[in-house]
Amino acid sequence: MEDKVKNIIKKYGSDKSFIVPILQDVQKEFNYLPKDALFSVSAHLSVPISRVYEVVTFYKAFSLKPKGRNQLSLCMGTACHVRGAELIASNVSDILGIKEGDTTADLEYSFETVGCLGACALGPVLVVNGEYHGHMNIAKSTKILKKLGKKGATNDEQD
Amino acid sequence: MMSKIKSFDELKSVQERLKAGRDPKKPCITICVGTGCLAYGTRKLVDNFREELAKRDLTGKIDFRTSGCHGFCERGPMVVISPEKIFYQRVGLDDAGEIIDKTVLTGEIIDRLLYVDPQTGEKYVHEDDVPFYKKQTRLVFGQNSKVDPESMDDYLAIGGYGALGKALTGMKPEEIIQEVIKANLRGRGGGGFPAGWKWDETRKAKGEPKYIICNADEGDPGAYMDRSLLEGNPHLVLEGMIIGAYAIGSSQGYIYVRNEYPLAVKNINIAIRQAREAGLLGKNIMGSGFSFDLKINRGGGAFVCGESSALFASLEGRAGEPRAKYIHATDKGLYDKPTNLNNVETWANIPFIINRGADWFAGIGTEGSKGTKIFSLVGKINNTGLVEVPMGTTIRTIVFEIGGGIPGGKKFKAIQTGGPSGGCIPEAHLDLPVDFDELTKIGSMMGSGGMIVMDENNCMVDVAKYFTNFLVSESCGKCVPCREGIRRMRDILADIADGKGREGDVELLQSMAQGIQDGALCALGNSAPNPVMSTIRYFRDEYEAHIKEKRCPAGVCRALITYSVDPEKCTGCTLCAKVCPTKAATGVKKEAHTIDPAKCTKCGACRESCKFDAIIVR
Amino acid sequence: MINLTIDNKKIEAEAGQTILEVARENGVVIPTLCSHESIEPSGSCRLCVVEIKHGKRTRVVTSCLYPVAEGLIVDTKSERVMNVRRLVLQLLLARCPESEQLKEMASEMGVLAEPRFTPDKDNVKCILCRMCVRTCEKVVGVSAIGFSYRGTDKKVCTPFEEESVTCIGCGACAYICPTGHIEMETTQSGDSRTIWGRTFKMATCTVCGRYFAPEDQLKYISKTADVPMENLAVCVSCR
Repeated sequence: MEDKVKNIIKKYGSDKSFIVPILQDVQKEFNYLPKDALFSVSAHLSVPISRVYEVVTFYKAFSLKPKGRNQLSLCMGTACHVRGAELIASNVSDILGIKEGDTTADLEYSFETVGCLGACALGPVLVVNGEYHGHMNIAKSTKILKKLGKKGATNDEQD
Repeated sequence: MMSKIKSFDELKSVQERLKAGRDPKKPCITICVGTGCLAYGTRKLVDNFREELAKRDLTGKIDFRTSGCHGFCERGPMVVISPEKIFYQRVGLDDAGEIIDKTVLTGEIIDRLLYVDPQTGEKYVHEDDVPFYKKQTRLVFGQNSKVDPESMDDYLAIGGYGALGKALTGMKPEEIIQEVIKANLRGRGGGGFPAGWKWDETRKAKGEPKYIICNADEGDPGAYMDRSLLEGNPHLVLEGMIIGAYAIGSSQGYIYVRNEYPLAVKNINIAIRQAREAGLLGKNIMGSGFSFDLKINRGGGAFVCGESSALFASLEGRAGEPRAKYIHATDKGLYDKPTNLNNVETWANIPFIINRGADWFAGIGTEGSKGTKIFSLVGKINNTGLVEVPMGTTIRTIVFEIGGGIPGGKKFKAIQTGGPSGGCIPEAHLDLPVDFDELTKIGSMMGSGGMIVMDENNCMVDVAKYFTNFLVSESCGKCVPCREGIRRMRDILADIADGKGREGDVELLQSMAQGIQDGALCALGNSAPNPVMSTIRYFRDEYEAHIKEKRCPAGVCRALITYSVDPEKCTGCTLCAKVCPTKAATGVKKEAHTIDPAKCTKCGACRESCKFDAIIVR
Repeated sequence: MINLTIDNKKIEAEAGQTILEVARENGVVIPTLCSHESIEPSGSCRLCVVEIKHGKRTRVVTSCLYPVAEGLIVDTKSERVMNVRRLVLQLLLARCPESEQLKEMASEMGVLAEPRFTPDKDNVKCILCRMCVRTCEKVVGVSAIGFSYRGTDKKVCTPFEEESVTCIGCGACAYICPTGHIEMETTQSGDSRTIWGRTFKMATCTVCGRYFAPEDQLKYISKTADVPMENLAVCVSCR
């Protein structure tokens, strides 16, 4: 882990003003920000760990917990909101049994809501493992979860 | 790899050579691969086109270009066939072969791919005739469809970097600043501060180095024009920045871009690399002796970082907390050095001003707001997309002529501009000419140009709650009025939406709003009460209905509505019973269904699925 | 010299001073919660706002940050100012209903709690004035504590809310805390103290034999000031 972090930091010339992109790359490497990795970032950039922790918890892109195998993000931009994104969020939360921003205990699913993805024409938009699904509605979101293998996504007779 | 361009004359000859190599009569297939169209699966269509062209041995004989966003996102995937500019929309991913065989090779029009105006039923063949485009003035955004964002040659072939050449060889820095002042280009990021004055202050400020920054942290939900410019025509933004750097006397620039925009990051990185190779960035640009280079920083997901002092904090590697700006950033900005920050669209306007002059630019727009503005027209609107119009165009033109009106025959209720700092504008102001000052006068603001259309099914209390909620989760938490005040406003709004509103709540919200406007530390905090204030100003009756009658007239606030079935309209298709997660909707096939209010969670699945509009929400 | 007016009183000030400094020197009382002479102002509590008129423009600014300027007219008690202060105090009262300092300040200013704000239960007495964090970083120099999260979730804590390895147990954060939120407990005998969840062993004075400072703090001073540990073995009163 130490070496991987060191290499990332080297890529940015050990410049502490790049701490946000550095942490983004570290997160990409490990799928989250392990505590040990943060201590090495702190040591190699000579930034107190309290400042690293401050930055990590301040920005929404960072996660101190491992993310699920399947990552769902629902756009909550205004255009998506006026087209009913909130009802879809409740539906996804209900089926997964987690609040937005959380990961299921079996590490299968992470569900988050995001500001605006700028794909307003397709709103509401649900991004599933990087793939955009536009014109989302409650039934479609149930179907997607079912396809991912989520038990409890009901209405077997539907398709 | 391009060799370094060492003078303006050399640039001109490169432009000429590239232009001459392009036959304007040669057929060209252009596909939009902006983020919006990619979300429709357009990548596969691109592959299919390449494959089909190769199969017919046409690769190279017919030009094929992937371009940035064309703006008409509602109708993607989109294909334009030049030179006739035949416009195909909602193209199927397997339609590539047919388009090549019929339209490109024999000129036959494929009827089903043409745009049909949903209001008049009229069909359009050519891109320029489509009402969505016809009423626009696509100055800044128009180049998007002419260039492949990954090709610097494309940009040079349409005269790209000519303004930079002109500025570096023929103009003194002060002259450039005077030109921008004369053009009265106002900042497109929200505040509308005159860019030229800012440049002038930064140039005159003491301290080295001087920084220039491109703010691409487009955080207003519902606005995406900056992303589309950066990802569709990155060289245009770069050219604007290099000219600005020369005028201001800056050797180091930054582009601070939202992490949620991976394609923009990729394309701007490619463009920077190309510009460096061509000697348009780096040391001794075009042999002028002027040196300038750029770094890209990705944001970390914080709306507040669009605020300049928070953006500086983030660039310096800290949490994005604003600081009081009693000393201007032009004197002490990034690392306490003189800093000039402009947004993407502002930078993109610069090459046009330099090329065509301040007088020409000032001829477009209104008295106080010059040039054009790109708006993202979204929400309850037929033609969702990016729209560029001269300043002063009325909301009515934008919504009804360009936007094609409201879907499903619903009634226009309000248009929200300015993002979370802006306000909701009611029908009475449809004829308002949109510019910086007019929007502020009626309690909203320009912001970065998001326009979210709402219809009769949108509740204004809910909208106020939505924005306030957004701001609660995005407040940096530094100062008391914003951190504590906005959440208390949100709690009161949530109470009102839940039917727990009390007499006096509206007055309390208004007094809190005044305190937050005066007391918050940064501009985002100061403007945070705007969505609440504007909805109270124009839709007070809706607040009263929630508070006094415990009723949500638009049928949105869940605690105040019930779902039932209209027996007249219900055909007994059983779909609602199938989708209902709590088995509240029941009934016998071919007979009217019912909804048990005790079991109903008001999730909306039945209304969404009903094909006969038989679900009543009151 | 700079001439300005505060509450109709003509005042002379030096360039570079803030309105708050000048007001205090001249006996004008402006309430504050996040200001202390030993640390740079941050402008986070917003209690010290004043209304200024400079030229034609009137606006509300933070007096702890705003530099004085020639011809500035300052009103420290205008209606807009009092509205902000009332709101700030009401919001803080709802956030920290147990804080005696806030209650006192509110009653002095005649501000009543807003019944529409449900009092919080989880913030105890922290008003996020930032003085502890700034002291730990700028005065002590160890940055053992910092902020976590943002907005309403923001709080002061050690990294990962675990025992901090860099904390020296000096207690400066607890001394400067205006509301008594930060707790520091010392054993009856005085041989150890606990702060931010970590217990520190106290060193005894080689002269009087009393416990006088955490060992970690002495080690830190020795290291940063390059003073041998032996020179730090005597307490202040015996020195």
